[in-house]
Amino acid sequence: MNEQEIKKTIFQLLKRIAPDTEPSELKADENIRETLAIDSFDTLQFIVALNEQLGIDIPEEDYGKINTLEALVSYISRKKK
Amino acid sequence: MIEFLMPSLGADMEAGTLIEWKKKPGDTVKRGDIIAEVETQKGLIEIEVFDEGIIGELLIPEGAKVPVGTALALINPSGIASEPEEEEKIPEKKPVALQPTEERILEPISLEKTEEIHTKASPFAKRIAFENQIDLSLIKGTGPEGAITKEDVEKTLAQRDITEKEKTQEVAVAPEKPGTVAESIRTAVAAAMSKSNREIPHYYLGKRIDMTNALTWLKEVNSKRTVKERLLPVVLLIKATAQSLTEFPDLNAIWDDGLQQKKDINIGFVVSLRSGGIIVPAIHQASLKNVDEIMEALNDIIPRARALKLRSSELSDSTVTITNIGDGGADTIFGVIYPPQVAIIGFGSISEQPFAQDGMLGIRSSIFVTLAGDHRATDGLTGSGFLVSLNKYLQNPESL
Repeated sequence: MNEQEIKKTIFQLLKRIAPDTEPSELKADENIRETLAIDSFDTLQFIVALNEQLGIDIPEEDYGKINTLEALVSYISRKKK
Repeated sequence: MIEFLMPSLGADMEAGTLIEWKKKPGDTVKRGDIIAEVETQKGLIEIEVFDEGIIGELLIPEGAKVPVGTALALINPSGIASEPEEEEKIPEKKPVALQPTEERILEPISLEKTEEIHTKASPFAKRIAFENQIDLSLIKGTGPEGAITKEDVEKTLAQRDITEKEKTQEVAVAPEKPGTVAESIRTAVAAAMSKSNREIPHYYLGKRIDMTNALTWLKEVNSKRTVKERLLPVVLLIKATAQSLTEFPDLNAIWDDGLQQKKDINIGFVVSLRSGGIIVPAIHQASLKNVDEIMEALNDIIPRARALKLRSSELSDSTVTITNIGDGGADTIFGVIYPPQVAIIGFGSISEQPFAQDGMLGIRSSIFVTLAGDHRATDGLTGSGFLVSLNKYLQNPESL
């Protein structure tokens, strides 16, 4: 799975949670939750969805490492290797 | 025959449109069955039935918009057909029946009493008021011993007509646009909150609570769970609130010319909608649920609340409300009580704060919890006791 594919999946899942936003317009270093106004409940739904779609398990202590699009994509790439 | 009425799904609801009947004459129904779908300001709501029996007749056609309290269908009660009809009808007619279940038999008595004490009125005045849906308790009587006369009611009626005419004129100037969902939710929130601020004398209390123990416990529990089974901190807040309410039942109540405690602790949980506005579905019997079951309930109701697909009981059964800012937001929130409830508990965002304990200063995760109480119903002492109890439970998360 390359970076583009990962991004595409992320955008799809974010769009499902925040349908009124345009996740693909996220800048690489923007805080995803703040920019898209996603609360903690929806964040958990997003992490569950990532788990289901990509088969990666993100432990709670790593939540701080996936705040931006850039960080999330590289986190997933590392996990998928 | 029992009349099944258009339910009130909150103090802000005046009417609903019957979209679809889910049952037909001759069908057997039991408590909790979905009898119809009704379009309200809060979306398309599945209406549950609270009686057991056989549907006799459907009185309202699909597509009709009718006021709260209108008879929608007749139900032949099973097994209790011989009971006098009147007794069956009265409780169903109570417009703001928060829980038309266990309390049913007691309520008509208290209702009649209140009317006798507060509103002395001539039979003719009562009839005009009834026919024009005027609340007699709002009229000041000029008859003997303050009794309300026919003239008093007619005067009120005339004033109302003038106000309504003015309203119509305003609408004529600014023609009503077809309302979006966001607009109708806004209207519903506006109506409920205006009523609250107009009628409820709020008192406010706050307490800073150390969340370190609770979060440490949660982290440990979550580390052993799959992503899907993880708990959010709010689950502990809801459970601790429910436990504390068992100790302070006066806060789990409604105000209707007096305090009426509620047996079940049904926590209304404020869900913000992305398009603006809020909706407050109930977590039923929260004190009897464990933390996993509360998380399950949230997983069920939050997405449905956001999609505006709730059941009638979820919109009308709440006995108290929790509003939770969530992480990264404001430190403190002072809630506005949702009538006819008497309390709302507000949780600010959890943040690290300097915390003095046993003569030592440390940095702890803390949360500022507030309680807004209805001062007609309870006093600060009750509210304060509640917050102290809440703190006790949150310091011992394993007991929740």
